[in-house]
Amino acid sequence: MCDQTFLAVVFGPCDKCSKEKPLRAVYIKSEQLSYCSLCVEMMATEGLHENETLASLKNEAESLKGKLEEERAKLHDVELHQVAERVEALGQFVMKTRRTLKGHGNKVLCMDWCKDKRRIVSSSQDGKVIVWDSFTTNKEHAVTMPCTWVMACAYAPSGCAIACGGLDNKCSVYPLTFDKNENMAAKKKSVAMHTNYLSACSFTNSDMQILTASGDGTCALWDVESGQLLQSFHGHGADVLCLDLAPSETGNTFVSGGCDKKAMVWDMRSGQCIQSFETHDSDINSVRYYPSGDAFASGSDDATCRLYDLRADREVAIYSKESIIFGASSVDFSLSGRLLFAGYNDYTINVWDVLKGSRVSILFGHENRVSTLRVSPDGTAFCSGSWDHTLRVSAGSTCLGCFFSVMV
Amino acid sequence: MAQDMTEKELLKMELDQLKKEVKNERQMVSKTGKEIKEYIESMAGEDPLLKGVPEDKNPFKEKGGCTIS
Repeated sequence: MCDQTFLAVVFGPCDKCSKEKPLRAVYIKSEQLSYCSLCVEMMATEGLHENETLASLKNEAESLKGKLEEERAKLHDVELHQVAERVEALGQFVMKTRRTLKGHGNKVLCMDWCKDKRRIVSSSQDGKVIVWDSFTTNKEHAVTMPCTWVMACAYAPSGCAIACGGLDNKCSVYPLTFDKNENMAAKKKSVAMHTNYLSACSFTNSDMQILTASGDGTCALWDVESGQLLQSFHGHGADVLCLDLAPSETGNTFVSGGCDKKAMVWDMRSGQCIQSFETHDSDINSVRYYPSGDAFASGSDDATCRLYDLRADREVAIYSKESIIFGASSVDFSLSGRLLFAGYNDYTINVWDVLKGSRVSILFGHENRVSTLRVSPDGTAFCSGSWDHTLRVSAGSTCLGCFFSVMV
Repeated sequence: MAQDMTEKELLKMELDQLKKEVKNERQMVSKTGKEIKEYIESMAGEDPLLKGVPEDKNPFKEKGGCTIS
């Protein structure tokens, strides 16, 4: 008689499908379970399944993007510059730097105008936030943040407070006081908390709410008084670098741009993304609504600025030149929307004819990258901030002997 | 947060968004472009950076004066 080996088989309910079957031992995350042979088979193929799912999702996304392009193309019956063919070309453009604001100890990263068309708040890599009177160039307030790289700052609509933030991952509000005995930093209020750097912030129509954008890929709306998160906006696939609120007449939307090359338009109440555009080839550093609210412009590391028409749901103009190879960091429109001012990493500011698509002026003067640019609320001037530590306020000039701008 | 999402989750988010957007209403560029052009033309007269501002009305005019003798 030979020795016989018997395989002991456990018979019982499968840990996965609960059916009464012969069971085998499996180890999942160092836990021992008993599966029936069918479930063992399924588990083995799940690994394969995972990869298939990713590939099929990618395919579905590509085909949807193709369909979206098709739908948009159906309405692309004409180019913007064709519509503007009969519009008079712009003449000589002479701009001059009128004020230079010196005082920051390092790169200027952001600036914003006060509604009084005169005061400016600016923030810098050295952690300082300064409020200036642009008429006199006097510094009215200064505060030192606990972090370096204060990438975002904004003036409250009332003119009574400023908001700022950066590598501290927060957005803080400082009330502005003229009381010399009061320490501005003492009244600081932390409003927003993100899980990565703050890249942009803006008050909404009142001092009570702030909209923020962050390196964590989200935007968020906060109540200033309580610090409560009112709404969050998920959709970007990478850092969000900029945002701009729609002009108040056009309702509760805002646009954001990010490192995922997308510009997204959001409904502030629902948190939903209404439209998105992916035509840039690189990070979008700046977005700005067109004055009527029906379009917005973007500036990107791909050295182009583009105009997106919201009702036609497509890009309608590209502002670029072969000779411009450095990224555009910041864009803003003149009052009527005819001119688009854009600051670049090659230290210049280019002025574009929005309708015709041509460049009408270049401004020199900064000695390093232009990092931020805003037109004043009444459109009489624009301010540019730079890595050369200064801010410059420039305006039109009727004098012809000016060395700072060139007609191209 | 985009930084915490897996590739699959990011793709799914993108897909859901695309499905919504395909259904958006759109208008012809000939119509919307015309409206942009008309807006500009209506506002151009009041655009100080476009039209220029006489030196005495410019809030950023140079401070102080010089006399030539």
